[in-house]
Amino acid sequence: MDTDKVFDLCSSVCIRGFFSVFMNVRFEVNGIEKVVEAPPMKRLLDVLREELRLTGTKEGCGEGECGACSVIVDGEVINSCLVPVCQVQGCTVLTVEGLSRDGRLDPLQQAFLECGGAQCGICTPGMLIAARALLDENEQPTRDEIAQAIAGNLCRCTGYVKIIDAIEQAAEIKER
Amino acid sequence: MSFDPTVQSPATLAEAYALLSEPDRALKVIAGGTDLMVLMNAHMLDAAAFLDIWRVDELRGITDEGDALRVGALTTYTHLIGSDLIQRHAPALVAASRTIGAMQIQNRGTIGGNIVNASPAGDSLPVLAAYDAEVEIGSARGTRRVAFNEFYAGYRRTMLQPDELVLAVRIPKLKEGERDFFWKVGTRRAQAISKTVLAAKAAMNGKTIEAINIGVGSVAPTVIRASQTERLLTGARLTPALLEQARQTIGQEITPITDLRSTEHYRRTVTGNVLVKFLRQLAT
Repeated sequence: MDTDKVFDLCSSVCIRGFFSVFMNVRFEVNGIEKVVEAPPMKRLLDVLREELRLTGTKEGCGEGECGACSVIVDGEVINSCLVPVCQVQGCTVLTVEGLSRDGRLDPLQQAFLECGGAQCGICTPGMLIAARALLDENEQPTRDEIAQAIAGNLCRCTGYVKIIDAIEQAAEIKER
Repeated sequence: MSFDPTVQSPATLAEAYALLSEPDRALKVIAGGTDLMVLMNAHMLDAAAFLDIWRVDELRGITDEGDALRVGALTTYTHLIGSDLIQRHAPALVAASRTIGAMQIQNRGTIGGNIVNASPAGDSLPVLAAYDAEVEIGSARGTRRVAFNEFYAGYRRTMLQPDELVLAVRIPKLKEGERDFFWKVGTRRAQAISKTVLAAKAAMNGKTIEAINIGVGSVAPTVIRASQTERLLTGARLTPALLEQARQTIGQEITPITDLRSTEHYRRTVTGNVLVKFLRQLAT
């Protein structure tokens, strides 16, 4: 073994041993099983974006107030900035990247496009995920129910009307 | 290079107790993370070691114990809202849960976390106060119960020992003829910390209040019972004059502060208004 490789191995083990604790977390992301090595208290948001390169999920506030980091874990929409990765061991995670299938847009994504439900787009992944969680549980939501379902998702651009229009349209399309 | 905290994620209470009993090891207990992770993200949580109890299923479940409901500490607000038992026997807790955060927080935040976090503004706490709930506590040394209204020693201080966990909260059922109430005043209808939050239950005999419990949050260092106001109202006949007296009494009884969310004056005034809102409901 050449000395460079030995040095690299030693330094990475030493650095990890003294300064960081890593764990293996095995979980399903958008239908695919992943194994990630990360500090156990690292935020799910950061693991998705950094280790898994799924940058669709955004950080807006880091305190669970804006919903830009929303993902679905075991069927429930949550703020990934508030979940340490150790807590998703063995779980199923859906991010915005998992909405389209084989290149075909989810009816929600299509509806957002048609209704003009996105302007800058920073809230959009979170909105789509919150909407997906709603429609998975309630196929025919009223506008009030839609508003409640996205109450944890802030948008600074649209004024929410077209977002609600889009979700309503997506629900109708699925009905047909 | 930062020092990352260690985490233990036991699957059983026995394992959790054993870890908590280890001497010279301060473990920060984390459940749904909706309070602690906010602090961590703001670099305001100085913990080197965590005890993650999210997997301890023994802490989940809502059971009917006859005269009371036993609610596991890891019960989320979403579960409370969807629970037939809570809807029927403690509807104010459903109302409170709906006002907490939004879907993302409700799916992860737990009633045990709300209790242990001990914020004066915790929205489920006035309900537990008004309902005379009981906290069930456990450790390797055994289990014990503490009246919810005796669980707080002061601002953000609970009666928990370092090796203890809150296991459940026991909530007496709303009795036949009793009515309950919950109202939260916040800047928005979601994602808002309360300026004042009130829960109450009362038993009426015609226009006379036979018994009344009033729990209030965000108006003192801990959640409180407005006992002076309760004494004024017990056995009293609901009249416009009584309503005004009650409004004055609760306004003076509470000890709110002026902070970034609201002023002392606002809190005294609006708490009085919210109480009157309930009393008017009782009169109909």
